[in-house]
Amino acid sequence: MTEKNRHVAFICSKGNLDMAYPALIMGWAALGDGIDVTFFFTFWGLDLVNKHRVDHLEIPPIANSSMKMNMMGVPGYIGIPQFMGGLPGMTPFATALMKKKMNDMGVPPVREHLEMLSDAGAKMYGCKMTVDMFGLSEDDFLPCVERVVSASDFMDMTEGAQIIFI
Amino acid sequence: MTAVLETVALNEEGFMTNPDEWTKEIAEVIAVQEGIEALTAEHWKIIDFCRKQGEATGHAPTLRQITTGTGISTKDLFALFPKGPAKKVAKIAGLGKPEGCV
Repeated sequence: MTEKNRHVAFICSKGNLDMAYPALIMGWAALGDGIDVTFFFTFWGLDLVNKHRVDHLEIPPIANSSMKMNMMGVPGYIGIPQFMGGLPGMTPFATALMKKKMNDMGVPPVREHLEMLSDAGAKMYGCKMTVDMFGLSEDDFLPCVERVVSASDFMDMTEGAQIIFI
Repeated sequence: MTAVLETVALNEEGFMTNPDEWTKEIAEVIAVQEGIEALTAEHWKIIDFCRKQGEATGHAPTLRQITTGTGISTKDLFALFPKGPAKKVAKIAGLGKPEGCV
């Protein structure tokens, strides 16, 4: 009866819009199935919980060979040429497109998604070393972030958990 | 009390395969099996919403569809159906496993 509940921990290290969602969506699925969920935001991943940055996450087409012309309505599977990705306005364009597609799927924006996860019982922590390195403080984070912890603290609190690095 | 469950078809995961066989009594029995002793008005608000969605779309709604559709908060939804509402709600409402992710 005292069997330990399944626990999944996500280490979020990326701050691009497209890299925000994998952990958010899998974390939500886990919570829905009664699994304990912990998030550790480190390096660029801190942008996801930085209240000044969370609404401005972007997806740049440059160096992303998976972004295809058909996302802009051109048939076929040709990638977006790199020089085009660098044209002014391409990053905001790709970002707006992704936000619209996520919205069409019923997926909320990152800020709201994090709040939803926190309300469902997910625990969220910031990485101390990154916070110190970037000169951030706990005031910079969304209220869903419980506190800033060291890598060693994170290891202690995720003993026995399945850890997913994103 | 669990005798009513013998009248309905369940798949290997315990989801009802024919939503038309569902009754409120069955919902109460499944709820007890899922660890919810008594279904309150709030529970029923969620179950009724799921039944309506199930009839309209043929699928169990996702958790976000439930919170936006009923106005019940995420916190309350998780408190009403402890230890993971996703499958519990769908089971109690006599619907299949939810297919959506969010």
